[in-house]
Amino acid sequence: MTCIPKSKFHHPQLPVNELGLTYRDYEGSMSTLCAGCGHDSVGAAVVQACFELSLPAHRIAKLSGIGCSSKAPTYFLGKSHGFNSVHGRMPSVTTGANLANKDLIYLGMSGDGDSASIGLGQFAHVVRRKLNMSYIVANNGAYGLTKGQASATADRGSIMKGGKEVTDEGIDLVSLALSMGATYVARSFSGDKEQLVPLIKGALSHQGFAFIDVMSPCVTFNNHQGSTKSYDYLRDHMESLISADFIPHKSEITVQSEPGVTQDIFMHDGSIMRLKATDESYDLSRRSNALSAIQEHTEKGEVLTGLLYLEPGASHLHENLNTVDKPLNELSYKELCPGSDVLEELNKSFR
Amino acid sequence: MINPIQSVNDFVIKFANVDGTGSASAKNLFAKAVFNMGVPVSPRNIFPSNIQGLPTWYEVRVNQKGYLGRRGGGVDIVVAMNPQSLADDVAAVLPGGYFLYDSTNPLAKHLQRDDIQIIGIPFTELCRQQFNNTKQRMLFKNVAYIGALAALLDIDFEVFTGLLSKQFNGKEHLVTANTTALELGYVYAKKTFPCPLGIRMEKSDVVGDKILIDGNTASGLGCVYGGATVCGWYPITPSTSVVEAYTRFSERMRVEPATGKKRFGIVQMEDELAAIGVVIGASWNGARAFTATSGPGISLMSEFLGLAYFAEIPLVLINVQRGGPSTGMPTRTQQSDLLACAYASHGDTKHVLTFPANPKECFDFSADAFDLAERLQTPIIIMSDLELGMNDWLSEPLKWDDAKNYDRGKVLNAEQLDNIKEGEKFSRYLDVDNDGICYRTYPGTHSEKGAFFTRGTSRDRHALYTEDGDKYVDNMERLIKKHRTAATLIPSPIINTDNAQHKMGVVYYGTTENVIPESLDKLQKQGFNFNSMRLRGYPFSDEVADFIDSHETLFVIEQNRDAQMRILLINELDCDPRKMIRILHYDGMAIPVQAVVGGILNHLGTEQGSKTGEAS
Repeated sequence: MTCIPKSKFHHPQLPVNELGLTYRDYEGSMSTLCAGCGHDSVGAAVVQACFELSLPAHRIAKLSGIGCSSKAPTYFLGKSHGFNSVHGRMPSVTTGANLANKDLIYLGMSGDGDSASIGLGQFAHVVRRKLNMSYIVANNGAYGLTKGQASATADRGSIMKGGKEVTDEGIDLVSLALSMGATYVARSFSGDKEQLVPLIKGALSHQGFAFIDVMSPCVTFNNHQGSTKSYDYLRDHMESLISADFIPHKSEITVQSEPGVTQDIFMHDGSIMRLKATDESYDLSRRSNALSAIQEHTEKGEVLTGLLYLEPGASHLHENLNTVDKPLNELSYKELCPGSDVLEELNKSFR
Repeated sequence: MINPIQSVNDFVIKFANVDGTGSASAKNLFAKAVFNMGVPVSPRNIFPSNIQGLPTWYEVRVNQKGYLGRRGGGVDIVVAMNPQSLADDVAAVLPGGYFLYDSTNPLAKHLQRDDIQIIGIPFTELCRQQFNNTKQRMLFKNVAYIGALAALLDIDFEVFTGLLSKQFNGKEHLVTANTTALELGYVYAKKTFPCPLGIRMEKSDVVGDKILIDGNTASGLGCVYGGATVCGWYPITPSTSVVEAYTRFSERMRVEPATGKKRFGIVQMEDELAAIGVVIGASWNGARAFTATSGPGISLMSEFLGLAYFAEIPLVLINVQRGGPSTGMPTRTQQSDLLACAYASHGDTKHVLTFPANPKECFDFSADAFDLAERLQTPIIIMSDLELGMNDWLSEPLKWDDAKNYDRGKVLNAEQLDNIKEGEKFSRYLDVDNDGICYRTYPGTHSEKGAFFTRGTSRDRHALYTEDGDKYVDNMERLIKKHRTAATLIPSPIINTDNAQHKMGVVYYGTTENVIPESLDKLQKQGFNFNSMRLRGYPFSDEVADFIDSHETLFVIEQNRDAQMRILLINELDCDPRKMIRILHYDGMAIPVQAVVGGILNHLGTEQGSKTGEAS
């Protein structure tokens, strides 16, 4: 098995963005995931979001751990540096990368095994550290590369492919992210591009820790009757409480918000998340609301999706550490080395 | 019956205290006073893995000749301030030695010895009368016995007052209170006992411009000078003070004057896996990054070390070794992580190690490790130990050459990427210069060129995923070529042949250095002469191989059970195991002179009987 480059051939009339780039310029190499894998839809949504935001791809760093989801970054943003690290440890590698250069956009791509099983510790800690990054979990409740074992997000009572019932409680990463202090929290479905693309755009624009749990069915090992992560189950049980639209900073606002129905939240960079809530009493700025809404829907057997919590302007790791404005990896010898005179003074203090 | 030990500037004194009673700074004051008398001194903390209440010792060797290693055996003077350990402390005194203790509670009959001089001073009672709050009484008791020692050993009182005013710069009330406590012990000793004792001190000038500093402080400072901007870490004894020092010096030297913002980022992570993950991420992204840990942390970091080796990411890891395996002896010293570090991680991995032996090398090797890591694009592991890291050592002053600049290794910038000719392309793992080291790019450098995917899975020269066996082997062979290049870049061994062709050699590394001059002097007196080689890095250079080839017998002296350096030498250089004799000491205390001398003599005495390559 080797890497298959994708043909660069495309229709000459493809629309271009502000950078003069087409959608195709944001693609990666040919996917080697199973045909119909939800993760490829997540990748396509990332491509769409970056294209629409006119992000220069080389200013994005994409990092992942190990697993099907972690292979996915190879298949999008071919002009970005990528790092396929160690199983469950993408958060710490991203923390280091971010510390080194605060000016890039960090996109972490992970899965339910990578984040909720082996990497649960690093996941919890990167959230509470408020790293400025977008963290996407392509969640299918199963291990793909090792052939279909249940992961820690598989719901209790659901049936795995071999017929075995899951008896352990499933971990809900959205609830965990909320209680650990994430400042942008959403859940979506890989099959719902209309919902997912604006959520990814919002996450990429958010200054702080943005988390999106994307239900992304595994067509090979977890798409059968009895699964709670199959395409059919999710289409039947998805409940969107709030729909969000992302309006970039520079674009002309053509549709005015409708008072009482829509609500605009200004992001750090001046862009807007325009929200439409089916329940007007839902307050997006309260963690407790999100947590109880998730709980209520879970009890009804529904999967709550959409943007669930947003706290723009919260401080993130670099601000908490009070690092200089210049990226640390650009500091010069002169800015870093105290020199021989200082050392001579220090020698005196050790006598 | 007492035949008192008589010596000038040559003795071992041991302080016995209860941990958590504030004795550390007083004992440090004593060591500094000896140092300021111009006499070589080597103090050692012997402490339990505990916060408060258990016995702790501080053993100070004072030696005019500059022997800094542990002498081994008993001590000349004991200052006994811990009722729990009195019996052991009395027993530790050599015949003719001196036992100073707090006689507020007189020494029990059964503990008394008639072959040593027992000096009782009621420190608790003196402090009770002098100071009115409990905390002061406890703290200043420590200062009072230092004062008594000043009288008993004839240390200039002005040396102490000078040190106090330097330590409490500007805080007059502290200087006064400490001086009062010093005088309390000094005056009592002077008027009660004939001063000085048979053991005494005289001013000297052999210390010269040397400094007194612990290895971890020097390592932390080396990371500042080496340009480290990112540190991910997790607390673990005995490495914690490396990061504490880095933090302290960075806060002092790396804050942007205009804004108060920091030119560094230090994050205490949730475990050692995350700590090294941060270092890998930061290094991948073009910052100089490091972490410090000890044995258990090395085990946890192993998977990541394999990734860094295979994905070719520079990083600096300072391993301050302690007693293993498992939790082992967290507060005792050993050199037992050699193999775990040289071959850390699954699969075929080999790492670059350096072995500092003194604080100057801790500083130099740490600072240089960043150049080395970036040149070689691989982890550099600095193998310190608790003995070096957590004790003060007489060291050459630290030096920095301002003409130096950082060597960032083979990194292409945007302009260089633009200059790549039409029809050619950037290939991350292409060995352009035939030294095994390829060119890399930092993320975000160029909008069209230079992006690649970093992975722990196999890839071809263009960084594309592959499971093709030939391409995998091609890459692995290049990595070993790079490892051989490393042997030419790391610190070379220190070889001493005295211009003589001795048939026997000693091979050692790290803190074992402290006992070598004294051990070889002693062996010479018995008619045995050796050449010596101090290893300072792995992979081994040709010099190392030549030294081993040119000697009939080599004593490999180290502080672990399994003779790990011997294994590494035999394994890497294919040298004859029968001529590599193990001299081992691994009880958690630093190797003493007698272990080296005794071990070698023992082997030489039995050499005719067997040629097994063993020495006890």
